[in-house]
Amino acid sequence: MKYIKILSLALLAMFTLQNCGDDETMPPVDEIPNVSGTYTLADQMGRPAINTVFVASDEKNTFNTTVPSEQGALYADKFAERLENLSMPVWGNGGKNLLDLDAETFGGVLATDVLSVSLDGTTTFFDGTNVLTGRNLSDDVITTELTLIFGGEDGMETPTLSDDNVDGNDKDFLTTFPYLASPW
Amino acid sequence: MKKFKLSFQIGALFVFGMILLAADHIDAPAVQGTSADITDYYAFQGGDANNIVFVANTQGLLAPGATDAASFDENVMIEFNIDTSDPKDNVEDLIIQAIPRDGRMYFFGPYAAGGNTGTTGSIDITAEVTAVDITEYGESAEIATSDDGIKVFAGPRDDPFFMDFARFGEITGGMATSFNNPGDDTFAGTNVMSVVIELPKSLVGGSGTINTWVETKKK
Repeated sequence: MKYIKILSLALLAMFTLQNCGDDETMPPVDEIPNVSGTYTLADQMGRPAINTVFVASDEKNTFNTTVPSEQGALYADKFAERLENLSMPVWGNGGKNLLDLDAETFGGVLATDVLSVSLDGTTTFFDGTNVLTGRNLSDDVITTELTLIFGGEDGMETPTLSDDNVDGNDKDFLTTFPYLASPW
Repeated sequence: MKKFKLSFQIGALFVFGMILLAADHIDAPAVQGTSADITDYYAFQGGDANNIVFVANTQGLLAPGATDAASFDENVMIEFNIDTSDPKDNVEDLIIQAIPRDGRMYFFGPYAAGGNTGTTGSIDITAEVTAVDITEYGESAEIATSDDGIKVFAGPRDDPFFMDFARFGEITGGMATSFNNPGDDTFAGTNVMSVVIELPKSLVGGSGTINTWVETKKK
């Protein structure tokens, strides 16, 4: 009996040692640290650039601490107005963008700052076919958003403002987890 | 006509007087420069199409020389919020909470948010936990995988965001009227503190669409 117990312990030790390093197993329950307490919302984000582009400086902190389910009611009209301020030629007189949405509708969509993600297939911010099904590392979200703000119905109304001509990252992404490139 | 339109647009931007900044980099005056400052959020299908990946980046524009000293604040929880309802109500149904302690990042969940929604929250330590050593600057990525396939990472990474933000500032400042071609990536050569989780889609609803957003919450 004793021999078997020692053998099991040895095997357990070997197993544990093998699993330390790059690929670890979960810690046993009694290793969970004290994380008690109440945590209060400090910052939040759904889609890229939305707070920074659409929310006035003196409202940014308020936007960040408003939960998404309440953002629409508070900010939809302001976002619609912001679109018209950014480009009246595109948005005035019920003008629409590439998604066939007018300022009121597009502003309403953006004001609730969440990312919609498909669990059924291609995930991308915009790839020419799929729209708002996620956000990939390689998605050129800024050019997409500039096009949706300045591009008008065919996306080509203000070409000089619709593309920042930076379309890729400074390092290649990894094909495996954690996907983001190593730091500089 | 077109020229008038263009100057009207630039004028509107200039008069509006806002510095338009990139992604969520530098958009939170109250937490700027701290580990509660979210720079970006990504959600995409994993290399294994049965999985979904969530990436939350914080503390942007870290120079290489400043990255070794960068860390995750032990009072800051990074919370992934997932709305699985249909139709969507943009209230979280599931949450994943990541918080560091003594060089390890602990991921709680995904678990049902229940009453733990809104601007304040706590961490339910009876939820599933996946923990990983926080990767140090210069070391290869430390990864941990739970028994049900939740894979996690926490540490410094190259900032995946790219944009000619400098040129955009010149446009909104009235010193330029168009982007350059080619543009110049203002974020090239900079790092962020990143939290990455990959997990089976079955743990976050299985199929259909989810609405998701990331929060930082401070104690």
